[in-house]
Amino acid sequence: MSLRIESESQSFVLLRLGERRFALAAKHIVELVAPSRVFRFPHQTPEIEGVILRRGRIVPVCDVAERLIGKSLKSRRLYLIALRRYAGQAEWIALPVTGECELITAEMSPASDADSPHVAGWLSHAGDVIEVLNLDGLTPGPTDVAAPVAPLETEEARP
Amino acid sequence: MRPAPLAKQPAARTEQIILFRVSGQLFAVSSASVQEVRSVDSLGGATTELSQPGLRKVRHVLRRGGELVYVINGAMHFGLPAAPVALIFVLRRTRTALLIDGIEKMTTMSRLQALPKAFCHAERQWYRGLTALEQSVVPVVAPAGFLTEEELDLLDAALAPDEAAEPGASEEAEWTQ
Repeated sequence: MSLRIESESQSFVLLRLGERRFALAAKHIVELVAPSRVFRFPHQTPEIEGVILRRGRIVPVCDVAERLIGKSLKSRRLYLIALRRYAGQAEWIALPVTGECELITAEMSPASDADSPHVAGWLSHAGDVIEVLNLDGLTPGPTDVAAPVAPLETEEARP
Repeated sequence: MRPAPLAKQPAARTEQIILFRVSGQLFAVSSASVQEVRSVDSLGGATTELSQPGLRKVRHVLRRGGELVYVINGAMHFGLPAAPVALIFVLRRTRTALLIDGIEKMTTMSRLQALPKAFCHAERQWYRGLTALEQSVVPVVAPAGFLTEEELDLLDAALAPDEAAEPGASEEAEWTQ
């Protein structure tokens, strides 16, 4: 009897940050949009630069380049809007990217214990080995969030 | 046959807000949260100077009725550059007043979006949420978010009993930041 390991192909979106390419599972992608005005206001979450307005939603912009390639992006061509999961819900987050994105189908090798928390796995494409990103480990989240002053009942609170 | 009556649309709930600036940055606060707006020039003799090294954003205290109201330097609270201030908001149901540059206008918001969870530090105490106004995004401040209970305790402890009992001890209140 032989043990057969099933592997399934999945869809990924390849994104470019500077000279490097990364991948995100396509099921986590909402859309790719042209850069729009970033609204900034005081806060203390350094990874977040501000917010953009998209389809009536206020979407935080998180520059992941500093963490992934060691420098901030100088030129931005697009925002990749992705779903970031939090306990019990998901929210949109905008990732600035420098190049066109590409949809591919590939098999992902899962991350090992030695990989960083932001790595969901690895895939091989066109001769490159590409990191598949885990947004939960890459973008800030409420692990250290204190209780809000006046808890809002829903994500979209009405006054 | 008569058509079924149209279901009544629930009236959109709105909230009156005041848009104001601190160090040039635009913020909003519910007008119901503001008990009083005064010019800082009118407060000179009504304040007591306060020195609490751990809380540099509070330099003065006001006595209103039987209660002490701590005056928050908005620029320091939000980590903004210093700027001259002209007005002070005394905030209802809190023991805080806020120094601001000035009022932009009063308007109405119809939707308050919770602060995205990606914002995960002190700003969660600072803001009730965000609102989109005229193709811009404005943070709506939480009046209770300027001082925590611990900070209030620290400030109460810093006030010697005799100082607390003597309003107007500081004649030369310096309001520029």
